[in-house]
Amino acid sequence: MEIKKTSLNKLHQSNNAKFVEFAGYEMPIQYSKGIIEEHKFTRSNSGIFDVSHMGQLFIHGDESLTEELEKIFPLDLKNLKQNCSKYSFLMNEDAGIYDDLIITKIEEGYLIILNAACKNKDFDILSNLLGSKFKMNLDNNRSLIAIQGPKSVEILNSIINGVDQLNFMTGNWFDSDNEKLFVTRSGYTGEDGFEISISNDKAEKFVKNLIEKGAQLIGLGARDTLRLEAGLCLYGHELDINKTPVEANLRWAISKSRLSNGGFIGSKKIMNQMQDGARQIRVGIKPEGRLIAREKTKIFNDTDKQIGEITSGTFGPSVNGPIAMGYVDKEFSKVHTKILLEVRGKKYPANICTLPFYKKSYVKGVN
Amino acid sequence: MSEVKFSKEHEWITLEGDVATIGITKHATEMLGDIVFAELPEKGSSVEKDGTAGVVESTKAASDVYTPVSGEVVDTNQSIVDDPAKINEDPEGGAWFFKLKIKDTSELDTLMNKEEYDKFAKETSS
Repeated sequence: MEIKKTSLNKLHQSNNAKFVEFAGYEMPIQYSKGIIEEHKFTRSNSGIFDVSHMGQLFIHGDESLTEELEKIFPLDLKNLKQNCSKYSFLMNEDAGIYDDLIITKIEEGYLIILNAACKNKDFDILSNLLGSKFKMNLDNNRSLIAIQGPKSVEILNSIINGVDQLNFMTGNWFDSDNEKLFVTRSGYTGEDGFEISISNDKAEKFVKNLIEKGAQLIGLGARDTLRLEAGLCLYGHELDINKTPVEANLRWAISKSRLSNGGFIGSKKIMNQMQDGARQIRVGIKPEGRLIAREKTKIFNDTDKQIGEITSGTFGPSVNGPIAMGYVDKEFSKVHTKILLEVRGKKYPANICTLPFYKKSYVKGVN
Repeated sequence: MSEVKFSKEHEWITLEGDVATIGITKHATEMLGDIVFAELPEKGSSVEKDGTAGVVESTKAASDVYTPVSGEVVDTNQSIVDDPAKINEDPEGGAWFFKLKIKDTSELDTLMNKEEYDKFAKETSS
């Protein structure tokens, strides 16, 4: 299969991107400054991320669509205000996660942002569940650009006036350069920032404009270290079809009002696990010293019994040390529990710690 | 000091008497990206030509460091363990990895000189 390219591919090339294949797309892993510089620039200034490989699924419909989606997602969509977003999951009957996603109620219906590797399957699953009653469009004509970091609001507002009035996890349509853009105040770095949905033919010009105002392109490498420091899950690592939201320690994302009556796919399992607890749970892990424990590193207790496995591990540039997330047996999930990580045949000490590793700075209450 | 020689695993080596100093090349650091962890062989241990003698990790992945010759480890550079970013800054100078008392100087003959290595690095990275 031919590798797919986003509308910003040429711009990445001219900025000396190193490319990797990710979910069938040629994506920049880093630019010439490298992952650590890019990571720190995002935390202190403003980083631009091409996330156009992700799915933008528009589903058109009225209140009957809300009712149908409540049968699928563990969300109180009836009481969700227009232009407000929620983090959620598409699950199977066993509450195994097909994908994690952001869903926003818009005037026309809903906009769902899906992971690149899952988007086509998600579309098929949702089409089957919803039938042909609602118009669904996995829009390949639009790019998705994230701008993240403390200077992002000032930079973006100078191009799209009014975005500074958005609260975290809300969005709206804006007009800019004879183009309708959908902008949400959101992201996946732990920083204040925005995601902009823009038609493919306008994307490059838009990003060049952001660069002129002082933002810089950031690759997937720094995106990974940023999200891990922020304690955020990455599908295929922390989340997959064999993990439930309760195991992933994401109960906060399940609307309380939906827990009493259930009625969404996977609700039975979720309600059981909420009551009885899950066997394993996702935790933050801090190795002692400088040791990096990568994905699939085995976790042991002090009597040499395997109690879990790392799902993501790297060096956190802002934490200035190694960080990891993984799953451990529930009885070892308490903060400050001492564990051992097996790396290259030797066992090294580490501690269960609170998430995030790096304090989030989301903006709430601007209006 | 002898001429710098290079291995196909992207290590460099110089010889002073029967003590060799070994590190990884600038080209290797460019391929690895930001180095955030280094592990060195133990002082007094013996290493065999082309065997593993350490580890470097970048933000992206872990890579083994090999020794281009056999010998006994007589010194290691603790400063790169404490501050691995030094390896990116000065890979072919201050950020050497370990020193070996070498057994057989003829093992050096199989290695490349600078010109051969530069050509090899260019061919293998494109």
